[in-house]
Amino acid sequence: MGKTIETSGIGKKFGTTTALEDISFSVNESEVFGFIGPDGAGKTTLFRIITTLLLPDTGEISVLGKNCRTEYKALRKEIGYMPGRFSLYHDLSVEENLNFYATIFGTTVSENYDLISDIYSHIEPFRKRPAGKLSGGMKQKLALSCALIHKPGLLVLDEPTTGVDAVSRSEFWDMLGKLKQHNITILVSTPYMDEAMRCDRVALIQNGRLLAIDSPAKIRAGFSRKLFSIKASGKYRLITALRSFPLTITSFPFGESVHVTFKDDIVPTGLNEHLINNGISDVTINETKAGIEDRFLELMETAGR
Amino acid sequence: MRTILYLIRKEFIQIFRNKFISKAIFAVPVVQMLILVPAITFELKNVDMVIIDKDLTPVSRGLISKLEGSTFFRIAGTTFSEKEANNLMHHNKCDIILHIPDGFSKDIGNGNPSKIMANIDAINASSAQLSWAYLNGVIRDYNSGIITENINISSARNAAPGIEITNRYWYNEELNYKYYMLPGILVILVTAIGFLLAGLNMVREKEIGTIEQINVTPVRKHQFIIAKMAPFLLIGLIDLGVGLLIGKLAFSIPFEGSVLLMFFGATLFLIAVLGLALFISTFSGTQQQYMLIAFFCMIIFILMSGIFTPYESMPQWAQDFNLINPVAYLMRINRMVMLKGSTTNDIMIELVSLGVIAICFSALAVRRYRKTA
Repeated sequence: MGKTIETSGIGKKFGTTTALEDISFSVNESEVFGFIGPDGAGKTTLFRIITTLLLPDTGEISVLGKNCRTEYKALRKEIGYMPGRFSLYHDLSVEENLNFYATIFGTTVSENYDLISDIYSHIEPFRKRPAGKLSGGMKQKLALSCALIHKPGLLVLDEPTTGVDAVSRSEFWDMLGKLKQHNITILVSTPYMDEAMRCDRVALIQNGRLLAIDSPAKIRAGFSRKLFSIKASGKYRLITALRSFPLTITSFPFGESVHVTFKDDIVPTGLNEHLINNGISDVTINETKAGIEDRFLELMETAGR
Repeated sequence: MRTILYLIRKEFIQIFRNKFISKAIFAVPVVQMLILVPAITFELKNVDMVIIDKDLTPVSRGLISKLEGSTFFRIAGTTFSEKEANNLMHHNKCDIILHIPDGFSKDIGNGNPSKIMANIDAINASSAQLSWAYLNGVIRDYNSGIITENINISSARNAAPGIEITNRYWYNEELNYKYYMLPGILVILVTAIGFLLAGLNMVREKEIGTIEQINVTPVRKHQFIIAKMAPFLLIGLIDLGVGLLIGKLAFSIPFEGSVLLMFFGATLFLIAVLGLALFISTFSGTQQQYMLIAFFCMIIFILMSGIFTPYESMPQWAQDFNLINPVAYLMRINRMVMLKGSTTNDIMIELVSLGVIAICFSALAVRRYRKTA
């Protein structure tokens, strides 16, 4: 299998701020590759380099076998890009936007209709409506249709699901899954950890540096300690109490509960007493499997040290 | 080519879908022509005058009624107090104070030269000079009346040797100020269309973020720039036509030369201005930044173009600057073609200069436009 993207040692600075540092990774053909990281981690900058909108200060990058520095003109014909901000024409209708992007890529909607039919059929009933008047989920589907209309070899999606409701998010990932049959490599970034599980491989990125690249399952398995999920009423009080407990290593809120690691990977004997002293009595403790988020937080801790 | 046409089509759809812009494009020339052409005039009328008549004789009263009779002057009041008269001028109630001293008619009767004095409000220097010239004219006229009355010799005038001057005003015989201003107002109209619409349109794509998506497409830089220019070039020419039509219907302005030639000049001009506008838009991040710079350029170009003040009387550096000022060229082209009936050969220098400026500014816009984030 060929590599769709290959980079080595990419670095980018804006003034004195380092946006990216020594980024090396490769993406396989027809893979869904996710970049997971908090806001400001450098995801958008990296995507702009991959889509030839920015040049890296250092390092080499080739996309679809073409050099991003020298062959950007040819490359732009083969990349589908969906920026983080909705960037279609608000005052053009759904249909007009789609036709517009088809035309400037030198193709027609009917030529590649089979590629987008799954997605576009959802919004086709609204094809006369101005794009600016669509709901968030429909805007996203239109943007995806426009990014796909020229049958790109690489689809770059910058935080496509930010600001979209949970049902639409799930639908969106289903659609991405279907695109794999068409031999399209998908590069996607997201701040949502739950979406990481739907990628073939993910890269964790923080402060412009890659922390890990692997399949979601392996990333989870990389968690080095036993993890306990602790539940009690009054989560904030619980966290404060846990953090003041001397044998606690880490404690982070996780949904309803708190994910905690302890020294020696066992629930320490004095814990119950400590919690009761802090006025918390209704505690349930279970051992749990680490999620990507847990591993990410662990990696961040190590990287920060 | 297909891409350019499609891009242009997209611009037109967007322009005409914008209800406000699509109406404003046609309302602006109508309103501008109907308001500015009659309003902007240097013709002097209704100059307020306060008279201090200390003579109070038929001779002085004759002079006053002569002044009253002219359309230029309006007697705002008479008084004996200089203080009161000065006060009136200080409060903007009058523009001229005319002193007729005691003994004015006596001096005339004695055959001595008599004196009167005029104080003129010179806040606006050019209107002050004009008032003075008019006043002088009225008094000279009155003076010669007195001479013929008193001396009563018809041969006296013939005896006085002198050069008699007669004149004729060419190209605008009645010195109709509207004829002079209208071609200039048309230039302002076309300038505003060219400067504001295209540049703002470009910056808006940046603000909304649509340009980021365009930049990752194979659209070439020149294609994008041409597509941004073409619609506004057409709109500018249409507005010029509307403006001309209003000039013809409302002010019956003469049109001596070739309409086609004037539109050709305007086309070159619009390309130059659109190029500059798009160039400015490449380094403006927001519509506010763009407006600031574009407005500044526009004011300088228009005021230095010779619309109000003659081009030739500007200092040398200003005339040098006007070599790159497209507005100055179109100002001359419009006036020469409309009033003088100049032909292509007469305005060749202007046309070629505009053409060079158009190429330079457009090339700058294409070069400076970056298909990057």
